[in-house]
Parts: sequence; structure tokens; C-alpha cells
Amino acid sequence: MADRPNTAAQTDGTAYWKANLRLIYICLAIWGLVSFGFGILLRPLLSGIRVGGTDLGFWFAQQGSILVFLVLIFFYAWRMNKLDRDFGVDEE
Amino acid sequence: MDQYTLNLIVVGASFALYIGIAIWARAGTTAEFYAAGRGVHPVMNGMATAADWMSAASFISLAGIVAFAGYPASAYLMGWTGGYVLLALLLAPYLRKFGKFTVPEFIGDRFYSPTARLVAVVCLIIASTTYVIGQMTGAGVAFSRFLEVSNETGLYIGAAIVFMYAVLGGMKGITYTQVAQYVVLIIAYTIPAIFISLQLTGNPVPPLGLFSDYTPTGEPLLARLNEVVQDLGFNSYTAQDGSPLAVMNMVLFTLSLMIGTAGLPHVIIRFFTVPRVADARWSAGWALVFIALLYLTCPAVGAMARLNIIDTIYPNGTASEPISYEERPDWIRNWEVTGLITYEDKNGDGRIEYYNADNATFAAEAETRGWQGSELTVNNDILVLANPEIAQLPGWVIALIAAGGLAAALSTAAGLLLAISSAVSHDLIKATINPNISEKGELLAARISMAVAIAVATWLGLNPPGFAAQTVALAFGIAAATIFPALMMGIFFKRINDTGAVAGMLTGLIFTVVYIFMHKGWFFIPGTAQFPDTISDSLLGIQSTAIGSVGAILNFTVAFLVARSTKPTPEHIRELVESVRIPRGAGIAVDH
Repeated sequence: MADRPNTAAQTDGTAYWKANLRLIYICLAIWGLVSFGFGILLRPLLSGIRVGGTDLGFWFAQQGSILVFLVLIFFYAWRMNKLDRDFGVDEE
Repeated sequence: MDQYTLNLIVVGASFALYIGIAIWARAGTTAEFYAAGRGVHPVMNGMATAADWMSAASFISLAGIVAFAGYPASAYLMGWTGGYVLLALLLAPYLRKFGKFTVPEFIGDRFYSPTARLVAVVCLIIASTTYVIGQMTGAGVAFSRFLEVSNETGLYIGAAIVFMYAVLGGMKGITYTQVAQYVVLIIAYTIPAIFISLQLTGNPVPPLGLFSDYTPTGEPLLARLNEVVQDLGFNSYTAQDGSPLAVMNMVLFTLSLMIGTAGLPHVIIRFFTVPRVADARWSAGWALVFIALLYLTCPAVGAMARLNIIDTIYPNGTASEPISYEERPDWIRNWEVTGLITYEDKNGDGRIEYYNADNATFAAEAETRGWQGSELTVNNDILVLANPEIAQLPGWVIALIAAGGLAAALSTAAGLLLAISSAVSHDLIKATINPNISEKGELLAARISMAVAIAVATWLGLNPPGFAAQTVALAFGIAAATIFPALMMGIFFKRINDTGAVAGMLTGLIFTVVYIFMHKGWFFIPGTAQFPDTISDSLLGIQSTAIGSVGAILNFTVAFLVARSTKPTPEHIRELVESVRIPRGAGIAVDH
């Protein structure tokens, strides 16, 4: 970078990074919940909910988690690209 | 027209297409060879990434593993898709902003250390070569079937074609070829699945068919499958082994595949080729869309094929006699040629008794039925390719699936070879051994390293450490324990310095590789393992496919501890990390 970042821009940079990290924490919590949670560890708890000859945990392990992953990536991309513009750090 | 000719025509036509594209887009400069001049649209890039990603392991091997293992194989499904979330959130945009050609280049610059770069090269080569072994296994299966030769001959033919193909073009050729390969492989995968889903459940969408009712009996398909497999002494298809050790292994295995996905160089390199940082984020999403099309179909293919196989062998139900060997269907005859399906008449009654002979509680029933061992051995890896034959689909569908399987194996092998060759020529030779090497010399070195990697992988592929997908899973473990932690710490933790990163990577690499070798044989040479690779008998109660997670945790821990007690990261590196974290200025980083 040619210009030395001034103090205001630096504070902005920190705030931007913090907002990004918050978004990452939320997305990763959901990511872990559907796969490691519903798909594996919490499967016994969900066994009462029947889905097509088996239970909800099996569905999450073989299909549900993949669908949630898709939603998460697009959600993150959309939020981040918005965040880039809000903080003025997007590419010109 | 017979099936053999039809196979040759369809496979030949698909090859002509790929090679045509590769020649048309022949790489010129080194920048184009490695990163396609960074001009690839996110949707196209996503499709190419999907082809690159979905290898013989996904296409040929995965549904077979799901079919024969049932629920526990969900680890593969979640692991190989969940990794894209990590890639999109933790790595892709930052590595694109950093704007270099290769993964070791980032590690070398960020940790301001040629040693770190060298260690990353070694990790990359070990992980990628293991991965190529799995591809070779899969290509061998596919070629042996459609050329009607032994598995070994199939492997040699596959190796020769992969080599010619990867050497022809660099990334640019590969990017557009891979788009074509994706189209071929996804059509080949879904068409038989749609037919079979219609036959069994009346639902044309396979992922929905999986949870629908089985038409002949009206009960849910999965309930029906559970019944018939348990009738033959196999484990219930959908049940979970709730013992703490089994659950822990599944968690660690899934995690290992996820972080391995985000740490594999041939996938990461894809995100260097998109025009902007914002596109890197979208690209990961598009890649997963195209991958999910196959991964959502896969569990349906597995379950339905398993049901079809048992119905073929026991046409009057599992309580009645199985079919006689003389009346065996054509698909069994066809696959016997490859040696991947074998029959042995243990009780001399001329029938095909197929059941779980390892189940002690089922032994009594087997004995009363006069069975003296399961007489049919089916290699998991043939399932997807044999699937249209099992379901008696038309000849062109069978030919199409052969073309799809080869597309999957070739595209990934090519991507991996590119990653290996760029690591050797760019990171090893140009950066350390001979910085004055000409562009021509660099390309030559790249091609020689491709040839060496193929030779090693073919030799080891003759006696693979497991089914294609299992071998590939080991490669993920190695990537998970080495490259992913280094990249992530490089972006998210400024305090991690050169010594910390090197110590962490070496710990992860040595621990994981030694553990795998102790359970799979040293350098994968059969008969040299110290421990059986089962949950109960392995060294730490963790299977070799799951150990990458532990390696990754060790990598992080060692890196933090070492960084804490050595010199802090210099100021200019902290500024570099700051700049990687914001997208602005990425355009400048492109030209260097």
C-alpha cells in the first residue's frame, strides 16, 4: 500500500476484522451443529423423529448437513461482500 | 452393436473432446501454466473445481463404501463437503488477496522462511502422491472393465493416459477441459441413478427416492434394506454404533476429511485463478453446488445398489435359496473378467450363497441352511460402474458411466500432478536450487516431476493400501495435519512465527505419516504394518484414516508453544497479514 494507513482507517480495519470473525463464529457453530452434532453426537437424541424408514440424524448425516453447508457458504459470501462495501475495503 | 464397441465409442469421443480442448487452450507462459492467467469466471471455476475435486474416490469408490458400510460412511459425505465451508470462510479469500502462485509460496512468505517453504513442499508432495495412488486404483478399475482386461493392465493404461494428458496443457487447458469433464461425469452419475430410483421407488429424484417407499412392498426403502441385510447377518444399514470409541473415531475421521479438504493444494490453487477476492468467496459456493449434485445422489446410489444386488442373488427373498452360479446375471460374468468379483463354491451346491460370514451370531443360521462361508466376494470399487448393469439399463448408459469414471479419475490426477509439478519446479528448483532457471527449464522440470509422480503412484497403485476412497482419505489426513493448520495460523494468528510454523508442520507430518505407516505398512508396502487398522486393535484406538485430526491438533499446539518462547513476528510480516485480511488492493497483487 502506498499511503500509510491513518488511525481512523486502522480502527476501521480492526472493526471490519472483528465483524468478520463474528460472522465466522456464527457460521462455524451452525456448521458443527448440523454435522458433528445432529449427524453424529446428537443422533440418539433425534432418534424419535422418523424420516422415511429411519431417523432425522441419518438424514442430517447423509443429506441435511450438505444442504446446510451450501446455505452457509452463500450466506457468508453475501454478508462479507456487503461488509466489504460498508467498511469501504472492497475492491474498486 | 456389442457393449465393448459401444464403450470404446463413448469413451473415445469423451477423450477426443478433452484432448481437443487441451490443445486449443495450450499453455504458453508460466503464469498461464499455473494459474490460467487469473481470468476464470466463478461459476466456471466452481465447475472446474468440482471436477478437480470429485475424483475416482468420489465417483467410483464412494457409493460402494456407502453401500457396504451404511451409516458410518456418512463421514465421507459430510467430510468431503463440509471442508468447503472451512475453505470459503478461513482460506480462499485471503489466499486470493495474497496473490501468489502456490501454497508453499504463501507459507514461505508469511513465515519469512525458506525452510517453512521447503517443509510445505515436502508435505504437499507426500499428500498429493498418496492421493494420486487412490486415483490410479480407481482408473485401473474403470479401464479394466471397459477394455475387458485385468485390473493390473487397466492400471498401466490409465497411467499412460493420465501422463499424456497432464503434460499436454497446464492449468488453462485443464480448467476448460475440467468443465467438460464435470459435465460428462455428472450426467454419467445421475442418469443411472434416476432410472434406478424410478424402478425402485417411482421417484425420479434419487435423494428423495432414498427416503421414499419401496414400490414392490410399499414400506420405506431404507426399512426394507435394513431387513434384507440383517436377514443375511450384515449390520443394519442405518444403525449407529453408539460406543464412545466408535463415535470418537467417526468425529475425528469427519474432521480430518474436512480440514484435509481445505488443506489440499490442488483445490486451494483453484482460488488463485478467480479475478477478485469477492469471487473467491462465491467460487467456493459454486464448487459446492456442483459437488453436492453428486454427493446428494451418492447415498441413494449406494443404498439402491445394495438392495438390487441382494435382490438379484436372492430373487425369491432372503429366506429362499439364492440363484445358481450357472444362472448368474451378465454383470457378474462381465466383472469376473477383471478379477474384482470372485465366486468360490464352498459347499459345492452350485448356488451363490452371499452373506456375512464374520457374524458369530449368524453362524448358527448359516449352518442350518448348509452354508459354509460367503461364496461371492465383491470389490467395493466396482459398485458404481456395475450399477447400470445390475439394474439392467441400456448399453449406452453403461458406456456413459465408464466415460464418467475415467473423467473423474483423469481430472483429479491431472490437477494433483499440476500441484506436484509446480511445487517441485517453482518452489523447490526456482526458489532454492537454481533461481536463474529459464522459463523453458522450469516447464521441463515441471513435466519431469509429473512423470516421476505418476510412476511412483502406479507402482504403489498395484498394491493399494485400501479402496480408492480409503487411500484418498489418508492423503486428506496428511494435508489436514500439515498444510491446513499452517495456512490458517498464517492468516488468523499474527503471533505465529517462522520457528513455530516449521515445528508445527513437522510435528503434524511426522506424527501422522508414522501412524499411518504403522497401520497401513511402511511406504504402503504390504506386510510391513505393526498394528491392525481397526478401532479396537490400533495403537491409540484411532483408525489411520481418522488420525489426521490428531495430527492437526498437535500441529496447532506445538506451533503456539514454540512461537510463544521464540522471537515475535517482525513488523513487516504483521503488516502483510493485515493487508491479506482486507480485500482492497487485490488487483495490484495480481501482477507480480
